[in-house]
Amino acid sequence: MKQLAVISGKGGTGKTSITAAFAALSKNAVLADCDVDAADLHLILKPRIKKTMKFQGLKIASIDQTLCIDCKKCYDSCRFHAIDEEIHLIKESCEGCGVCAYVCPVDAIRMVGRDSGFAYLSETRFGPMAHAVLTTAEEASGKLVTLVRNTAFDIAKQKKKEFILIDGPPGIGCPVIASITGVNLVLIVTEPTLSAIHDLERVMGVAQHFHIPAVVCINKSSINSENTSKIEEYCKKNNIPIVGKLPYDTTITQAMIHEQSVIEFSDGILSHDIREMWSKIREVLTQNG
Amino acid sequence: MILAVASGKGGTGKTTVAVNLALSLEMSQLVDCDVEEPNVNIFLKATMDTHEHVTVDTPTINVKKCDYCGKCADFCMYHALAVVPKNVLVFPELCHSCRGCALVCPRDAIRWKKRIIGTIDHGTHGTVDFYQGVLNIGEAMAVPLLRSLKKKIDTTKHVILDAPPGTACPVIETIRGSDYCLLVTEPTLFGFHDLKLMVDVVRHTAIPFGVIINRDGIGNQIVEQYCQKEKIPILMKIPHSNEIAHLYSQGIPFVERMANWRPKFNTLFQQIHEEVSR
Repeated sequence: MKQLAVISGKGGTGKTSITAAFAALSKNAVLADCDVDAADLHLILKPRIKKTMKFQGLKIASIDQTLCIDCKKCYDSCRFHAIDEEIHLIKESCEGCGVCAYVCPVDAIRMVGRDSGFAYLSETRFGPMAHAVLTTAEEASGKLVTLVRNTAFDIAKQKKKEFILIDGPPGIGCPVIASITGVNLVLIVTEPTLSAIHDLERVMGVAQHFHIPAVVCINKSSINSENTSKIEEYCKKNNIPIVGKLPYDTTITQAMIHEQSVIEFSDGILSHDIREMWSKIREVLTQNG
Repeated sequence: MILAVASGKGGTGKTTVAVNLALSLEMSQLVDCDVEEPNVNIFLKATMDTHEHVTVDTPTINVKKCDYCGKCADFCMYHALAVVPKNVLVFPELCHSCRGCALVCPRDAIRWKKRIIGTIDHGTHGTVDFYQGVLNIGEAMAVPLLRSLKKKIDTTKHVILDAPPGTACPVIETIRGSDYCLLVTEPTLFGFHDLKLMVDVVRHTAIPFGVIINRDGIGNQIVEQYCQKEKIPILMKIPHSNEIAHLYSQGIPFVERMANWRPKFNTLFQQIHEEVSR
């Protein structure tokens, strides 16, 4: 079983549309939406939920005011400023470390489970899908990503699937690291804008830091041919294969509005190019060990 | 006034709005809070003058004192420490610097050392005072860097924060303490869905907010209908235009070439200012 993570650094370059198209093309894959705090893949794939798992991320302090003697030891010890001077918890700031409970001389603080969202195992028209919802203003999205990936991994193993296709989050921080750890290949979707090029170089750095092979797709390549050449030069210089160069094409938006993957929606040039890209990626995935 | 520009979905135009707005005002302070992928200065082109390292405290074990009792590793909620026979492994990227390990160590064997996780850079462009945070490659946690960055906020100026995408911790840390949130979206299915998630977050924080529709005309009416129903003000629409997209691709803020947009951004700011002052 091979795992592909689709990432980009910059948001809005087309990760989800491309992942949905791959879902339509790969006959034997499990899908995993790891952009857990702004998940969109389900809007196209319309999963039917089979199993719901409660997600408890970090713990949270629970202060029993009736026991509190107002010694302020917890207030003084909390590095996250999550307890105010009146010894009230500031829920959004608590990172669940447990220091307050440890220093409290009268055991007025307990660390309790914190419901931070749900992970789901679902069925779609293209195969099984793992996805999640992070409760509003909750943290630990990296941990939730790991739960989604484990869910995808288990079902892929059980159903003997060939691929896991991961729709990754933007950025380079913990949810991205959790999304790409241990995958066989990352596909970095970029576009010919100076912002996207800057972000490509940083996210490429993350892939290299974790020794994960990467390939690049230049989406919307026709919006600035000069910048497209810059990306091609950068990739050539750094030995990063470019597996696809997609034109700017409003079909991508039209397909999304119709809640379909590009492959289902149209048989035009864009679908043709994405088919070619998928077969190249498939080849790389099956070659690498 | 502190104005945060956020979106939920990435690539909807947060940076475009933040930079064009800052350039349309006198005496603004623009802070790039997308420390994972900071893009503001590609457009602003500020002359940078200072760079400072941001550090976090991570534990270091005095092996002469340690007797490998394992209490530190048991206490650590983040699995940043592991005790194996005759060694304590520290995983600095997982450490949240809570100092719990040092508190529970019965032999006072844990000390702290500073670890650099990124930088805060300062520069100016015209009357725009600019700060950005840059997280080092391979670092997982943006929040400690964001906390240091937000200490640079100067409320004597018109402060504009360019938030990261998403709805999780870095976004919440960015918008916390802001007087107003501008939510930038696009009229597509993904834009609409992520806008709803972001509206939940902003309502949770009780910060007043309004919406800007970018690439207006590219999709359908779904965002507008939602805003009408929810009584969320749509403060501006930026049309889907090849000219704007091309300027964006070259790193040029469109108010620099389309001067008629300056007064529009100015009016937008005044409108928000009035609502916040009320």
